[in-house]
Amino acid sequence: MKQLMLGNAAVARGLYEAGVKVISSYPGTPSTEITEEAAKFPEIYCEWAPNEKVALEAAHGATLGGVRAACAMKHVGLNVAADPLFTISYQGVNAGLVICVADDPGMHSSQNEQDSRHYAEAAKAPMLEPSDSEEARVFTKRAFELSEQFNTPVFIRMCTRVAHSQSLTDTAERVVPEQVPYVKDPMKVMMTVASRKAHARVEERTRALVEFAETTDLNRVEMGGTAVGIVTSSTSYQYAREVFGEDASVLKLGLTWPLPEKLLRDFAARVDRLIVLEELDPVIEKHCRALGLRVEGKSLFPVCGEFSQNLVRERMGLPVPAGARFPEEVPARPPVMCAGCPHRGVFYVLKKLCCMVYGDIGCYTLGAVAPLNAMDLNVCMGASCSGLHGFNLAMGREGEKHSVGVIGDSTFIHSGMTGICDIAYNATNSTVIILDNSITGMTGHQQNPTTGKNLRGEPAAKVDLEALCRALGFNRVRVVDPYDLAATERAVREELAAEEPGIIISRRPCVMIKGTVHKPPLAPDTEKCAGCRACMTVGCPAISIHEKKVRVDPTLCVGCGVCTQLCRFSALEVTGND
Amino acid sequence: MTKNVMIVGVGGQGTLLASKLLGRVLTGRGYDVKVSEVHGMSQRGGSVVTYVRFGERVYSPVIDRGEADAIISFELLEAARWLEYLKPGGQIVVNTQKLEPMPVIIGAAQYPEDIAAKLAAAGAKVDAEDFLALAEKAGSTKTVNIALMGRFSRYLPEIPESVWHDAIRASVPPKFIDMNLRAFDLGR
Repeated sequence: MKQLMLGNAAVARGLYEAGVKVISSYPGTPSTEITEEAAKFPEIYCEWAPNEKVALEAAHGATLGGVRAACAMKHVGLNVAADPLFTISYQGVNAGLVICVADDPGMHSSQNEQDSRHYAEAAKAPMLEPSDSEEARVFTKRAFELSEQFNTPVFIRMCTRVAHSQSLTDTAERVVPEQVPYVKDPMKVMMTVASRKAHARVEERTRALVEFAETTDLNRVEMGGTAVGIVTSSTSYQYAREVFGEDASVLKLGLTWPLPEKLLRDFAARVDRLIVLEELDPVIEKHCRALGLRVEGKSLFPVCGEFSQNLVRERMGLPVPAGARFPEEVPARPPVMCAGCPHRGVFYVLKKLCCMVYGDIGCYTLGAVAPLNAMDLNVCMGASCSGLHGFNLAMGREGEKHSVGVIGDSTFIHSGMTGICDIAYNATNSTVIILDNSITGMTGHQQNPTTGKNLRGEPAAKVDLEALCRALGFNRVRVVDPYDLAATERAVREELAAEEPGIIISRRPCVMIKGTVHKPPLAPDTEKCAGCRACMTVGCPAISIHEKKVRVDPTLCVGCGVCTQLCRFSALEVTGND
Repeated sequence: MTKNVMIVGVGGQGTLLASKLLGRVLTGRGYDVKVSEVHGMSQRGGSVVTYVRFGERVYSPVIDRGEADAIISFELLEAARWLEYLKPGGQIVVNTQKLEPMPVIIGAAQYPEDIAAKLAAAGAKVDAEDFLALAEKAGSTKTVNIALMGRFSRYLPEIPESVWHDAIRASVPPKFIDMNLRAFDLGR
């Protein structure tokens, strides 16, 4: 019987049915559930790797060892994994290798909306794009067949709306191929001679894949009215069918690299007006133009943001449904740091000291929003350390005395270590704060090498952050409790003043971790409250002021006591024990 | 004909279980169903939305402006935020609970007054009630999601009550079944 299944869970189901033995991934929205769901099958070994480059290398290593393997990552993670990707494409695989990459058009939970299809073309590795959960399951299995048939890594490209939508999905039995023996082959050593031969093989492979693209049922033509013919893939296919029904013809591409030639020409010849409907960059459109086809695409539809049925209707000049607007302005409800979040105290101190804060990727990016507004910069995983180093090289003492980098524990392991190594080795007096909350928070609580637990929650080797920072060349490494505002402030002041680089580890588990013991919620003493709003400066969602008196939401407050330290009238005293 | 239902609220309010329940009920009735939501950043106390679409054949996973037959809102302000997505004359089931967003807490914005009346004046059919109180009566404020679904079930007359009851039994841990069934019935 068909089940309602999340797109990412359907990819995991496909990995299971394909007989995959090893999955190594790094979490990242909207890709995370692929690995989490796969880990529910005891037959598959699943791990969180320190970063995506490590994940891809580990998965590829497993295929060289002869078993089917996969990795999953978000679009920006593929940048990190790009180095091995290009040469793995040359070296090939021993058993099938599938890279699941999830793009985020609209940037629901990302810092950019890059288009991963460029990587398929650049690395010359085929890319399959499902448009719903059933296709996600089936295409994942097909990807392994392709990988082995053409001796290449193969991409499954998801996007937010396919990854995070549930639709009806079939299931099938798991079939595990026999382990492929490992045989030593000098042509697997990617040096000049072997690499030159491998490159020639890759070009040959691409020609064969183009032939394959012409006839594979991964691409299909759905003829309807011929006034308009739409070439599309992924979730855009769903919008096309939603809007046009049978009124238009559709060429649905399941294989978006390499693209067919004859199939496109034939389809173009059968319709009056050829339109490419694709989110993000004009990849298919450019290909059509290179074939000399008359085509419309980005002249109608935007490069920025995600599509929807109304956007397609509007740009095609069709009637667009409209609803009534609420008659007055509706206040925004941006995400906020949770009540009791250990990051809050650190950002409060950094704001108080007017620091230039180079942030990073994680929950703590929320330190940038009002009322804390305590983040100046952020770019990508790890840039808080290396970017700060460069900033201080330019700013000199002025920078070193007022600027800090802020990075979470998982992000630090992912890409921060090399950055602080640069700080110590090339000697700027930079100060980096590691926000160690014992979990990978933003992506929904995954374990990482600093938590002492593996993906399955079993005890595992635990990185000693203090020892690691010392080993990387730091003499000044200290630990503070971010709930203690005075101690945190002292630590930041002293490290900024010190004449050598320093690391502050702000250590407190995330309040949302299961099993974290909370103190009882604060019961404010409204008699004592002077309505001065000092407690409001930390932006805690549990605190509000009504009729000039503080109110604490007992369903949110965990009794962290940060606001207690701000109240000069003792109106917010902690009552419970730690 | 595809029907569109939106479930909106604030991250952490339990909208996920509500959409799971609705998905289970609709799948069991033989409809093609799509349920879509965004995970990640917005879960941290932000505005959250789930799109549920069902019919003979569903294509797009999302609901667009002016397309929703019904909106189930876990919070008053969120009903106002998503009103634009409702079809003219569509149904809103709304919990009268107010959760102040950060811009209101810090005094940068005002929480609108008389939201339910303004929704009705804008042409929506509004069914507003303190579902939190009903949930408390059922045994726990955590069943507010099921109480809301109980009320919403009135607007899907084609689905018998027993189907909902069965879906609740299959969706919640055994020791909470009775409490959730109570919440559903109180809501309905």
